[in-house]
Amino acid sequence: MSDLTNLTVAQIRDGHRAGDFSAVEVAEAFNANVAGAKVLNAFIVETPDHAIAAAKQADADRAAGTLKPLSGVPIGMKDLFATHGVQTTAASHMLEGFVPRYESTVSQKLWDAGCGMLGKLNLDQFAMGSSNETSYFGNVISPWRRKDGGNAALAPGGSSGGSSAAIAARLCPAATGTDTGGSIRQPAAFTGISGIKPTYGRCSRWGIVAFASSLDQAGPMARDVRDCAILLETMAGFDPKDATSLDLPVPNWEAALSSDLKGKKVGIPKEYRLDGIDPDIDAMWDAGIAMLKDAGAEVVEISLPHTKYALPAYYIIAPAEASSNLARYDGVRYGLRDLPQGAGLQDMYAATRAEGFGPEVKRRIMIGTYVLSAGFYDAYYTQAQKVRTLIARDFNTAFESCDVILAPTAPSAAFGLGEKTADPLSMYLNDVFAVPASLAGLPAMSVPAALNREGLPLGLQIIGKAFDEQGVLNAGLAIEERAGFTARAEKWW
Amino acid sequence: MAIDQDTVRKIASLARIAISDAEAAAMEGELNGILGWVEQLAEVDVTGVEPMTAVIPNKLRLRDDVVDADPLTGGNRRDDILANAPAPQHGFFGVPKVIE
Repeated sequence: MSDLTNLTVAQIRDGHRAGDFSAVEVAEAFNANVAGAKVLNAFIVETPDHAIAAAKQADADRAAGTLKPLSGVPIGMKDLFATHGVQTTAASHMLEGFVPRYESTVSQKLWDAGCGMLGKLNLDQFAMGSSNETSYFGNVISPWRRKDGGNAALAPGGSSGGSSAAIAARLCPAATGTDTGGSIRQPAAFTGISGIKPTYGRCSRWGIVAFASSLDQAGPMARDVRDCAILLETMAGFDPKDATSLDLPVPNWEAALSSDLKGKKVGIPKEYRLDGIDPDIDAMWDAGIAMLKDAGAEVVEISLPHTKYALPAYYIIAPAEASSNLARYDGVRYGLRDLPQGAGLQDMYAATRAEGFGPEVKRRIMIGTYVLSAGFYDAYYTQAQKVRTLIARDFNTAFESCDVILAPTAPSAAFGLGEKTADPLSMYLNDVFAVPASLAGLPAMSVPAALNREGLPLGLQIIGKAFDEQGVLNAGLAIEERAGFTARAEKWW
Repeated sequence: MAIDQDTVRKIASLARIAISDAEAAAMEGELNGILGWVEQLAEVDVTGVEPMTAVIPNKLRLRDDVVDADPLTGGNRRDDILANAPAPQHGFFGVPKVIE
């Protein structure tokens, strides 16, 4: 039998249904890959028993004729989703040893659909980072290497870096991610896989460790567009436990996939043409434009005039919300407690938070505390929220003349671990193309489009109108069919 | 507007994060770098623009006024809630003495 770990979610689902293999065989094959890839550090906790139990159930359901939509499909779960009885850390020391007594809505939906869990995936601490270097449990190492013969360890992107590395290395066929300012799309681009952040509110935030609540949105990461559509259908849906959950029916995205873009208009934002950007990025973008034309779309230039202000607005709004959300870590109700000898309550809070948070998390809490403090609130926070209104307005205006927007996902290919850690600002700039859609709550996905001259994957980003995940997926499919991206990381681990 | 180390210590105190003098010194530079960069937002003309409150228009709902309507978020889950507390005592969250 061919290697089951090369199959996509759709192939596993359909092959299992057809009786080509058992779900247990699939789970065992992925469990073996996970066990053999510890050097990548993609998982914080491995849960082979969970995967096998779900697989046995899937095989029994097949025999009984009671198959579920995703029976037999094992996945990886980003360690930001609370999982009942399985440690959930957000890659922080603060939550080390935290074992939830409840299940996040999104993960519950996946288990209800028949998925099994291969393990909890590493990430940037509290999802704050773009390279997976802020995890308390160590860096994730990308399976990709430059073709220069060197063995420099590369970043898998972040914050969903465990998810991206694990999929690229065939440790799981798909995984959950979360995206606050690019945390699904940028790691997908860095590792040659696909990932979609749906419209804000599509996926329930209940049971996801909160970072910046007005931006946080879960979504799937997988090897192709169809798999993203399949998983998003399962993950999305109204949840009364999330006040910002969208009370809308979940479309049948997989069934409506179509790469025929006749009559569609694709907007190319002129402000995304950055001076001095890697020429490989621009070349990939131009190639993507040609692919969408070939699929029947008309290409129009659009303007998003406030683009340059998106990142600075994000780095006020997201830290402000984080400083408020992370106030809950007080050493009293759950998580770490550091109680110095003779300390009172206030000293315990301060000691616990000094010990439990890493440097990037502290930095963002401090920035957020400052911009929300008396005397600075209007100058920073209110101003940023007004700029956010203008950024959303830019998109609304642009969508009067186009259906989807095409842009690069990130301004570069994967960088080396340690290359950007000395300067927080240079790390933040990596999300320049991803953050605007987050601020506007729009659906956006990354699909692999090309290799750069170093042999590393580059991703194209498609941004759609609110609620139009279908338009995003369809344009993504048109690129996928034409880019013919079949490259994969050569196994060295 | 640049911040000094005293301001860094004040922010840390508001955020309830203990920091050493060396950390305050390091953070002074980092925070000033970030704040100096975000200050470019001041040049945007926001006359007549309302600050964003909801990214996707969505009406806040009220749930039915029913006790324990949702078993996951309702009451009677004391042991679950205390299961991850670092120092539970007698069915309560334990904290250091706050009243002499």
